[in-house]
Amino acid sequence: MFKRPALLTEKNFHYCPGCHHGIMHRLLAEVLEEFNPEETIGVSSVGCSVFIYDYIDIDWVAAAHGRAPAVATGVKRVKPDRLVFTYQGDGDLAAIGTGEIVHAAARGEKITAIFINNAVYGMTGGQMAPTTLTGQKTTTTPEGRNPAHQGYPVKMVEMLSVLDGVAYAARVALNTPKRILEAKKALRKAFKVQRANLGFSIIEVLSACPTNWGVSPVEALKWVDEKMIAYYPLGEYKTPQEGVE
Amino acid sequence: MKVLMKGNEAFAEAAVRAGCRYFFGYPITPQSEVPHYLAQRLPEVGGVFLQAESEVAAINMVYGAAAAGARVMTSSSGPGISLMQEGISYLAGAELPAVIVNIMRGGPGLGNIAPTQADYFQAVKGGGHGDYRVIVLAPANVAEIFTLMEKAFDLADKYRMPVMVLGDGILGQVMEPVELPPLKEINPPPKPWAATGKIERDDKTRRIINSLYIVPEENEKHLEQQFAKYRQIEESEPLHENFLVEDAQIILVSFGTMARIAKSVVLKVRERGIKAGLIRPITLWPFPRKAFTAANIPVAKKILTVEMSGGQMVEDVRLAVNGRIDVEFFGRTGGMVPESKEVLEKVLALAREVE
Ligand SMILES: Cc1ncc(C[n+]2csc(CCOP(=O)(O)OP(=O)(O)O)c2C)c(N)n1
Ligand code: SF4
Repeated sequence: MFKRPALLTEKNFHYCPGCHHGIMHRLLAEVLEEFNPEETIGVSSVGCSVFIYDYIDIDWVAAAHGRAPAVATGVKRVKPDRLVFTYQGDGDLAAIGTGEIVHAAARGEKITAIFINNAVYGMTGGQMAPTTLTGQKTTTTPEGRNPAHQGYPVKMVEMLSVLDGVAYAARVALNTPKRILEAKKALRKAFKVQRANLGFSIIEVLSACPTNWGVSPVEALKWVDEKMIAYYPLGEYKTPQEGVE
Repeated sequence: MKVLMKGNEAFAEAAVRAGCRYFFGYPITPQSEVPHYLAQRLPEVGGVFLQAESEVAAINMVYGAAAAGARVMTSSSGPGISLMQEGISYLAGAELPAVIVNIMRGGPGLGNIAPTQADYFQAVKGGGHGDYRVIVLAPANVAEIFTLMEKAFDLADKYRMPVMVLGDGILGQVMEPVELPPLKEINPPPKPWAATGKIERDDKTRRIINSLYIVPEENEKHLEQQFAKYRQIEESEPLHENFLVEDAQIILVSFGTMARIAKSVVLKVRERGIKAGLIRPITLWPFPRKAFTAANIPVAKKILTVEMSGGQMVEDVRLAVNGRIDVEFFGRTGGMVPESKEVLEKVLALAREVE
């Protein structure tokens, strides 16, 4: 049965047509309902999802650009028995907030990071992100990203998964119904890992930004397949030793 | 019971006694004994000490802990406080209570680790972006650290805003005997606004801690509320110490440890028959403007502001005096502490002018 998750508020999303933030919000609402949403505190970030607290009906703390993992650390240390998660874009998590995410992960902070990788800065007008693909045109790489000049795209979950504090790291995509279900499973697992106090968990979500990619929503789904997944392989990069299903 | 205690340790112990249970910080001289002490002390009282990876992270951990309703603090020194300014602006925007101790050191840039008061502007005029204020308290000795730290936490909670406590390297490092105040039961006010999870509320309404007001009209409204709060603070919270000001023709103005040197100068020139006095602002914001009214300093002819800076608080003194009395300045910078001899000479020169 397909019904609106009770945790989603009445407010209409402000996202562009074909944007995957909306799908991810819905998944998040569905999965949180399986836990106890009343025991959940979300830490929102700065980017297109800046209004996520308007959409998902739980307690929220809004963080400065990049700082969500530090804010979540503060929340979690005060309320260790709450489910605490961050929701961050790739500019937020992989550029300005690299320090905060790496160290929250290294500390094994018992929080979950939901990392939306759409290969651009959406909110500020489609500039290059650390995750922008080689050759990809953005407003600040008009000739396409050239590694000789701008360096290489960053693979965050691969990087983070080598840290001992990380208990669960996975990369998912939302461009087919099957992958959406897999993403939901991964999200559920990430929260279970947190509930079991096993350490830091992160799921990277390959997401479409048709507006800034300059393609239609349908073409964007293909672009995720052909360009993004080719460079950012899907799968679980780290799973806990103890069984968490 | 009297104990010998270092200023920095007093900041730490006073915080614990004021009910602070969370500390997030990053090492920097000359405040390191604050985290050293709390790393040991906070776990003893069921609190959390966490060394962050940077001051940027530390202040945002403070932000998260404050959002979740905790009494929380950090401490740092100039360069670290500079990095924290983004977070302090967010604390102000989201109306979160927190205490930030700044044991000032020489700047700008890496400067040195010697004592200065050169972060006065940064503390009282903002530092971060936007239209906001933080309450700034300046203790002058170890005993006063205890009273002002307690006050800092109370004011932070009362007004839901960041409070900064300013000291310098001398205050941080000095060892003084103090009568430890008796341990008190601390009952911070309830924080029904905190984001602690709906489960903590009977009505299951949710909380959003935020500083985003995208609609200008709403942002202005939010700021007007803040300004009203600031006006109330300016009305009810200014604190200062008057020392021999009633008959004083020359009024020295100094804060923190500098005021101790200034006080000794006042006593020395009084021995020579020169009527000097001292006003010591204890709250730097709100600035104790009423201390400078004609009624408070009835016979003053000259004011001399003495600071360990190139002249920062002197601007607020001039504003408070508003042209009625001549305000002069003496200061040393870069970590040089004005000697009482130098200040004394300056006062003697002023005394000759007054005659
Ligand atoms: C300190 C600071 N620097 C810059 C910005 C401007 N800014 C807002 S959102 C953003 C990029 C967001 O991109 P991303 O995290 O990828 O999220 P998306 O919008 O793509 O969902 C930037 C640079 C800011 N708000 N704060
Ligand atoms: S700009 Fe991109 S990320 Fe932002 S709402 Fe539009 S499609 Fe989504």
